[in-house]
Amino acid sequence: MTSATLTPGKTSADEIPWNPKVRQKKTVVDWIVDIFIVALIVLIVVAIIYPIWFVIISSVSNVDAVNTGKVTFWPVGFSLGGYARVFQDDRIWSGYMNTIIYSVVGTALNMVVTIPAAFGLSRREFKPRRVVLFLFTFTMFFAGGLIPNYLLFDSLGLIDNWLVFILPGAISVWNLIIARSFFETSIPEDLHDAASIDGLGYFGYFFKIVLPLSSAIIAVLALYYFVGHWNDFFTGLVYIQDDGKLPLQNQLRAILLANQSNLTNTGGMDILQQREFANQIKYGVILVSTLPLLVLYPFLQKYFNKGVMIGAVKG
Amino acid sequence: MSATASEPRRKAKKASAMNNIPAGAIDANGVVDNTKAARLRPLPVRLAAHFKHFWPIWVMIAPALCFVALFAYVPMYGLRLAFVDYDPVEGIMGGEWVGLKYFKQFFESPQFLQLMGNTFRISLWTLVMGFIAPIILALLINQIGNLKIKSFVQTITYMPHFISVVVIVSMINIFLNPGSGIIGRFTGDKSLLANADLFTPIYWITEVWQHMGWDCIIYLAALSSVDLALYEAAKIDGAGRLQLIKYVDIPTILPTVGIMLILRMGSVLSVGFEKVFLMQNPMNLPKSNVISVYTYQIGILGNQFSYGTAIGLFNTVINFVFLVVANYISKKASDTSIF
Repeated sequence: MTSATLTPGKTSADEIPWNPKVRQKKTVVDWIVDIFIVALIVLIVVAIIYPIWFVIISSVSNVDAVNTGKVTFWPVGFSLGGYARVFQDDRIWSGYMNTIIYSVVGTALNMVVTIPAAFGLSRREFKPRRVVLFLFTFTMFFAGGLIPNYLLFDSLGLIDNWLVFILPGAISVWNLIIARSFFETSIPEDLHDAASIDGLGYFGYFFKIVLPLSSAIIAVLALYYFVGHWNDFFTGLVYIQDDGKLPLQNQLRAILLANQSNLTNTGGMDILQQREFANQIKYGVILVSTLPLLVLYPFLQKYFNKGVMIGAVKG
Repeated sequence: MSATASEPRRKAKKASAMNNIPAGAIDANGVVDNTKAARLRPLPVRLAAHFKHFWPIWVMIAPALCFVALFAYVPMYGLRLAFVDYDPVEGIMGGEWVGLKYFKQFFESPQFLQLMGNTFRISLWTLVMGFIAPIILALLINQIGNLKIKSFVQTITYMPHFISVVVIVSMINIFLNPGSGIIGRFTGDKSLLANADLFTPIYWITEVWQHMGWDCIIYLAALSSVDLALYEAAKIDGAGRLQLIKYVDIPTILPTVGIMLILRMGSVLSVGFEKVFLMQNPMNLPKSNVISVYTYQIGILGNQFSYGTAIGLFNTVINFVFLVVANYISKKASDTSIF
């Protein structure tokens, strides 16, 4: 099937089949397949983008139009009333502040722990690395589970303590493996030889040579960790009781899902008005909470392919 | 890896001979000299040589090792709670041995069959659909010739991956809301979420919607490694688009497909806690009650620590068995394995 055979007798430039400029004539089947593929891709893109688009247009549309289902493709009317109410809510602000602190501090610790360990495990001459790596990977597939974790955190004083967002998740083994693969495949071994000849030890080699070459993997890991912290809902649910320490996702749940929306109590509206605004507030909250990630997204997008590709390389 | 590892070792031996480093020393590359004389030295001497050279590596790995030891291996030790009666005073160290009492309690509980059924149904649907969809999407995206359109499609399809579970579930609720929701407006005044039979489809469809784009990156990466000459050759042999996909693209991604399948088998009995927990309501409970949420209710809300640990351990063991079996089969069948 895949072996190319030269056909003698065809000499005209147009007929040289391996000339990439020459397009083969499309058969009817090819046309049908092409149309089918294009249609399928368009369908998938629309199916993915439409719900997000719908949230955006609903959040700025007139309340009545949203509630009666008149908003479909474009905003109907224009109102930022939902957003005004979102920003009046203290829970959103305190959740936002908490999440930013947890995410920034957490990601910083993640990087400090993960990157050097991944570098250490990438050194082939370091013989115990197979054993050490097994100690790490085993925890990906076998874990103590919820209750032993809870009891451990309890005895460490992490329950209802903001450090529970930072310390237990300090290292993700998956990210460690991705970083290790990067160091193994993307940093030329000659650099290490050269550094050794120049008298650099492992620390010098790591800080002066490896780190400056690793911006791609640092960006990818920081993004993975940051998104993980930002979207973390479980930790707040299980280990935190004090409302003031809850991160954004748990506050969102209270507003969006548990219908504890007291947003509408501001401004002296009657119950009917409150119910009217409830939906629009939800759209606003969704956008306000997701916006930071969607803003970061285009800047980091070029690293994604690379990051996931590195992760695919098995060590 | 083993093939590449021998390369520096050989280099090192040559180097140590040239620089006249005594046998058993560690050369500039940090390679332990494996000559007979070196190996015959007593263990403390070898250890001292090892640490003298490798202490910076140990320092770099130490924090990660400490965190894993404390937050992964100590809880693993805590699994013994599944076999003892939890004693609040003695914590995870103490308690009286009761053997398999709590496992029996779980197997004989009226919810057992329902929990197992729900967990398997939801996770199998998600596993199969969430596994096939990214492969198809990758094959489709790979067909786009125009690089700008291709990257546009990729950008769009990755996006939902970054939305939090809380937001996804509230989007589901809003969209299905009778009357005002974009889907709910067509379903009369009955909410689709109140229909227990629709819980599984809603769960896996939204799961595929969210992660399909992200999960396909890995296949796209594999597809990008195809030698273009292979396509040309196939075209010369008269292959149309479909044949190109069938005979070039699919064989290219098969090893990746194998690895991804094994990894997914390891989570056959773990339905994401957060999403099910947030999507649950009293009406759909008969079809939405799964092991992970039940463990949370029993253990954290109900304070039955030993019983909760036993259920969790049962879940972990089943997953682990599936992973090992899938890995074994794949190793035999296609020489692809994760360990």
